[in-house]
Amino acid sequence: MGKSVLLIEDEPNIIEAISFILSRDGWAVSTHSNGHDAVDVVRGAVPDILILDVMLPGKSGFDILRELRETHGPESLPVLMLTARGQLKDREMAEKAGVNRFMTKPFSNAEVLEAVRDLVDA
Amino acid sequence: MATLNILVAVCLIYVIFLFVVAFAAEREARRGKGGWLRSPLVYTLSLSIYCTAWTFYGAVGYAARSGLEYLTIYIGPSLVMIGWWWILRKLVRIGRAQRATSIADLISSRYGKSNLLAVGVTILAVIGTTPYIALQLQSVTLSFAVFSDAGSTFEALADQESTALLVAMGLALFTILFGTRNLDVNERHHGVVMAIAVEAIVKLFALLAVGVFVVWGVGGGLSETLDKIDASKIGMWEMRGDRWASLIFLSAAAFLCLPRMFQVMVVENDDESHLRTASWAFPAYIMVMSLFVVPIAVVGLDLLPEGSNPDLFVLTLPLATGNEGLAMLSFLGGFSSATSMVIVAALALSTMVSNHIVMPIWLTATGGGATVSGDVRNVVILARRFSIAGVVFLGFLYFQLSGGGTALASIGLVSFAGVAQFLPVLLGGVFWRGATRNGAFAGLTVGFMVWAYCLMLPSFGPGVLIPETVMEHGIFGIDWLRPYALFGIEGMDPLVHAVLWSISLNSVVFFLASLIGFPTPLERLQGAQFVNVYEHTENLQSWSGSFAQSEDLMVMSQRILGAREAQILFESEAQRQGVGGYLPEPSPDFLLVLERELSGSVGAATAHAMIGQIVGGASVSVEDLMAVADETAQMMEYSSRLEAKSEEQSRTARQLRQANEKLTEISVQKDAFLSQVSHELRTPMTSIRAFSEILRDSERLSEVEKVKYSSIIHDEALRLTRLLDDLLDLSVLENGQVNLNVQTGDLGALLDHALASALTGAGSEGFTVRRDQAKEAVALNTDLDRLSQVFINLIANARKYCDAEAPALTIRVVQNGASVLVDFVDNGSGISKKDQAVIFEKFARVGEMKAGGAGLGLAICREIMARLGGSVNYLPGQGGAAFRVIVPRTLRKAAE
Repeated sequence: MGKSVLLIEDEPNIIEAISFILSRDGWAVSTHSNGHDAVDVVRGAVPDILILDVMLPGKSGFDILRELRETHGPESLPVLMLTARGQLKDREMAEKAGVNRFMTKPFSNAEVLEAVRDLVDA
Repeated sequence: MATLNILVAVCLIYVIFLFVVAFAAEREARRGKGGWLRSPLVYTLSLSIYCTAWTFYGAVGYAARSGLEYLTIYIGPSLVMIGWWWILRKLVRIGRAQRATSIADLISSRYGKSNLLAVGVTILAVIGTTPYIALQLQSVTLSFAVFSDAGSTFEALADQESTALLVAMGLALFTILFGTRNLDVNERHHGVVMAIAVEAIVKLFALLAVGVFVVWGVGGGLSETLDKIDASKIGMWEMRGDRWASLIFLSAAAFLCLPRMFQVMVVENDDESHLRTASWAFPAYIMVMSLFVVPIAVVGLDLLPEGSNPDLFVLTLPLATGNEGLAMLSFLGGFSSATSMVIVAALALSTMVSNHIVMPIWLTATGGGATVSGDVRNVVILARRFSIAGVVFLGFLYFQLSGGGTALASIGLVSFAGVAQFLPVLLGGVFWRGATRNGAFAGLTVGFMVWAYCLMLPSFGPGVLIPETVMEHGIFGIDWLRPYALFGIEGMDPLVHAVLWSISLNSVVFFLASLIGFPTPLERLQGAQFVNVYEHTENLQSWSGSFAQSEDLMVMSQRILGAREAQILFESEAQRQGVGGYLPEPSPDFLLVLERELSGSVGAATAHAMIGQIVGGASVSVEDLMAVADETAQMMEYSSRLEAKSEEQSRTARQLRQANEKLTEISVQKDAFLSQVSHELRTPMTSIRAFSEILRDSERLSEVEKVKYSSIIHDEALRLTRLLDDLLDLSVLENGQVNLNVQTGDLGALLDHALASALTGAGSEGFTVRRDQAKEAVALNTDLDRLSQVFINLIANARKYCDAEAPALTIRVVQNGASVLVDFVDNGSGISKKDQAVIFEKFARVGEMKAGGAGLGLAICREIMARLGGSVNYLPGQGGAAFRVIVPRTLRKAAE
């Protein structure tokens, strides 16, 4: 069994696409699609890497990340953030919140895969 | 009889002559000629009104009774004249600078222009002068009586009262004619002054003639007369130091304070330099006047029968020796003395009475300011004339009441002591800046009360005005309040006693009350003007700044114009004048320029007053101050207008700030919108890109997967297209560039079409729609396509978001006047109150609604309904989600 990936994303088509890519590469992909209880989900089964959308129903990716960093420490869980809001200030906010990698949608499948691999290996 | 007739005739001719002299002088003065009218000689002669009938006749009587003491009456004024540099010059300077019309005016002016004080001084002056006028009438009457006794009795003229009345009327007439001909700002009366100058010569000449006649004609030469003097008791009279000192002081004080002396000395003064001449000429004049007093008294006492009135020796000596011509000349001399005094006194008093009593009352009675535009001039002249008549008549009344009994000299001295009460206030005002109005009031009141109680009232004789018990035991039986022995000091001469107490109490009270009180600003100002009069008025002739300190002007200008501007102004003027540095000569031209500059900043009146203050030549009058106050008020109004303006500006600023905030808010909204649009566009593109790459890169894809992924790409592409359509639609609607295609149609048919469009594809099967088609038969005239778009949106939303197990939509139609209400109510859980507020916003997708819309639908609906003149709103309290569309049945053009 490969390493585990938790994908928190609300757009079904994107969940399907990322799940497909990572599964094919041997990752154990689990998904969650709202912000409300995302933190609990992460704590319930801490993955090797977290892929986090920003605009989620209930709670934004930034808030989730901040809460996670406060309980687990900055470096303990690698987080890749994907967002459709490609503005500079979003990147700054993400870095402040303690993100490991920040990518804007639409993304290249290969780059996502590579980023996930990098973050887990590092 | 014949003598008396001739006397009357001579008298009349003399009076006519005086009229002619006065008239000629007036005419010359009016023509601007007659520089000789303003000669120092005329000025000096006019001062001779000090020598009244009292001096003309009375001095001899005085000498006969009290020896050389009569000289004190001459020594006092002589000292004042010789020491003119000290007091007189200052008085004249101030009087002219302040344009004082009388001593009352001067005193009130000094003490903060207090009219109450002026009224007080006027009343006291009238009280003090009335006996003196009576004295003159008495002397004229007595001299007539002498002639009628000498000749045969002439009933009409022998009647003393009618004589006095005739004389009084004649004098009043003369004064009215020449004293009120014109209203000169300077109150100069050339005619009157000329007439009294002529009279001065007549009385001097007459007295000298009588003296020469007595010494050489009767007394038998100079040496024999001198022998007689040595032999008589006059020469042996001992001098009482205290009485001499008080009398000299009294006469000097009276010389300064008598209203008529003030009139000729200050008011009628044309040129300050005349004082220089008068300072020796006047003492010389009165010395000559007094030259033959003693010889006449001695010879009279020697020649005339025991009990003859020595006051009339000047007349009776020539008559007794049968020299009627000389007697007539002597009579004219006495007549001149009396008339000139009465004329000037009446003139001076009438000015005071009319200016300070009649005019204020008249102005108040007629409503003050409103009538000032009318001819006040006439009123003033009328008031003057009535005052003159009143003053002379008062003198006549006194004469009649007193019965003419008392000796002339004593009446004169009582009057002197009365007016001398002005002295502390006058000198204090001129030399002491700390003197205040209240001090002046208190001092004058106390002084006059003591004078009246100790001297004036007792002078009528015991038991006449003051009961004898009071004289002996004091008022209320208080011993130390006896009129002749105040505070228990007995054995003093009553006159010395009264003068000592009245003047010293007056001065002390004046001084103390001034110290206690606090001068008003105007008193301060006037005090400075008076005391420092030389510093302000070196040159009275023109508005010239020869004395103005350029530096003072500079300092003032800097304060008002600002340091830089003032310096530039002064420097350029200095350059123009060719003077080095920055201080130009204060030439009249420059002063005018400066005044103009200043008036731009502080107003004309203030500027004038300020320059006047520094340059001198003009005093700050009440009018000036009023004008200053007016300007201040105007400036305050102006500044309040400025304030209003600045308030307006701050209001504008507030509006601008609000507009700016709105713009910022809009800008923020725009950013948020763009961010939203970006997100909405990127999301489908992400799917499209991801699956395209999967299809491209992945081997071993099943056919099912390929189809599935291709469909996703296809659907997302459609979603993208829809989104772009919506954005464009919204943009068009919001910008109002939409073209409405108005058609007529049936509401039911429109709903049929909308339902058919909205309920297609998967998921539409279990969705129930309830309608009441009977009520849907409503004809509409509007843009049917747009309305249909709204309906489709609402129906599609209900189908997408209704979370009931058996979703159902009820469509209700209600006609409401010109509009139709169409409600869309589903049976789901509805929309929370919080979300109701935002569902019509762009990109507002509430909850977890993920049915592919970008969240622009309801925003578009709202815009469309606004264009159609209707509305779409959430309808709360219906169980499920409910929307109400209100649409006018006929689209009004105005709504487009």
